Amino acid sequence: MSTEKGWGMQAFDWFEERLPIVSFIDHSIGSKYPAPKNLNYYWNFGSLALFIMVVLIMTGILLAMSYTPHVDHAFQSVERIMRDVNSGWLLRYMHANGASFFFIVVYIHIFRGLYYGSYKAPREVLWWLGIIIMLLMMATAFMGYVLPWGQMSFWGATVITNLFSAIPIIGDEIVTLLWGGFSVDNPTLNRFFALHYLMPFVLVGVVVLHIWALHIPGSNNPLGIEATPKDKIPFHPYYTSKDAFGVGVFLLAYFTVVFWFPNAMGHTDNYIPANPLSTPAHIVPEWYFLPFYAILRSIDDKLTGVILMFGSILILFVIPWLDTSRVRSATFRPIFKVLFWIFLIDCMVLGWCGSQLPEGIPLILTRVGTFWYFFHFLVLMPVIGWIETPKPLPTSISTPVVAKPAE
Amino acid sequence: MADAAENQAVPTEDESRRDFLLHATLATGAVGVVVSMWPLINSMNPAADTLALSSVEASLAGLEEGQAITISWRGKPVFVRYRTAAEIEQARSERWQDMPDPQPDEERVQNDKYLIVVGVCTHLGCIPLGQKTTETRGDFGGYFCPCHGSHYDLSARIRRGPAPTNLEVPEYTFLSETNIRIG
Repeated sequence: MSTEKGWGMQAFDWFEERLPIVSFIDHSIGSKYPAPKNLNYYWNFGSLALFIMVVLIMTGILLAMSYTPHVDHAFQSVERIMRDVNSGWLLRYMHANGASFFFIVVYIHIFRGLYYGSYKAPREVLWWLGIIIMLLMMATAFMGYVLPWGQMSFWGATVITNLFSAIPIIGDEIVTLLWGGFSVDNPTLNRFFALHYLMPFVLVGVVVLHIWALHIPGSNNPLGIEATPKDKIPFHPYYTSKDAFGVGVFLLAYFTVVFWFPNAMGHTDNYIPANPLSTPAHIVPEWYFLPFYAILRSIDDKLTGVILMFGSILILFVIPWLDTSRVRSATFRPIFKVLFWIFLIDCMVLGWCGSQLPEGIPLILTRVGTFWYFFHFLVLMPVIGWIETPKPLPTSISTPVVAKPAE
Repeated sequence: MADAAENQAVPTEDESRRDFLLHATLATGAVGVVVSMWPLINSMNPAADTLALSSVEASLAGLEEGQAITISWRGKPVFVRYRTAAEIEQARSERWQDMPDPQPDEERVQNDKYLIVVGVCTHLGCIPLGQKTTETRGDFGGYFCPCHGSHYDLSARIRRGPAPTNLEVPEYTFLSETNIRIG
């Protein structure tokens, strides 16, 4: 009966019967996974994030082979990577800038979700897993930035670990536990290296859950309405080829920075070896933390500042319920659409404020921006959902496309 | 009928007994897991050799009035300032009861001349400016933290800014007139 099948196909069938991994992949990101046919380019950023994560893990493992996690040698070993290790400069610049691009891509991915209502039922758990991924990314990026043991590494580590001292009663004990000493020192550097190596793999695990949770309801789409089977096309070859094109465009931008502006997103002070007895005049975190850093400094009270900063991320967990509108896509929500763009500008203003000294106009802007950030989620989101009249939704994804010629 | 009732009663009693055993086993296991976690977590706390480095001795003999030196202790700077009579007077004349972290200057020094504090801002751990003569000493004449703008006075008490408490006074003893041991 199987005379028509070649030996290769037979061997494949034999293997598939025992471990159906190829059909599993085909059902996950292949021809058996139907995706809405109207996805726009903002839907490229999920798979793009996955691509960068793989680049970061690969370059990171290779960097770890030449790096020494010791306060006396860390800075020198990074310089050795830059000068002596074959292609070491490329690995390091790809890794450091890769982290920045990972955040650019993930932030676009998150704002895509905010605009098209991808956090709403039935995708709440998918959204939660995304926030957990962002938190893991932040922790991993922060600890990675400490490893070169420059001035910004050291003082960034000092300021961020000191955030935990704001916790009442046990705060100081927690900070000592984090440091493994009485200040940021060699034990701190050692454990940060261990955790920086571990957390990406935890991240991979949560990404698998994120993709799993995505496959239960399937992708949202720019119209935000349910996609019927008729409105879907196979992920492979349609979206695999579209995503591959996106990767190509991304690589152009990424390597332009890696080759020609490798330090544009870094801070020059991190090329000064760490000095525990002298704080640089103006310490700033990496750009992707600036909005949160601004929120931290918006208030003259340590504990409140820390609560606001963590709250600004944790609030994302409850927005599926803070948004009272059942219409997903902002395309059909005239008021929400305007508020979305104001919110995006607000985040950018906060980012700028985070890079300035907290005094004068930046401080006023920081306070207004922080107020608006929480006002948007806690007041505007629920209220607009009640008072706004959404535009009529199309009955199916095909309707707005095919209805016009018929008229 | 009596038989049936008895037959019903026996399994119920049996179940509650099993429930008890089950819950007791789970509780014992949970306590065991929690207790066994402690050495794992505690391994991250400062090691014995780190703790052994926790005291340092220094001489203040070369310090002139108005000067300051910084001593490294536990990886942190300790500020020692030889205050002038005017500075001591200023630190003591202001009403300490109204300050954010109220404490009189007398409680913060052993020898009036020497102000000895840990030079780590109590906000987020930066090193405040003010030890060198070229550095700004803030609006209250003591120290100024450039990271988030905390001002400290001549007794290193917080006067304005986000820092919640005064600069910490470390444990120290005068071994002689000009020799101290910190820690």
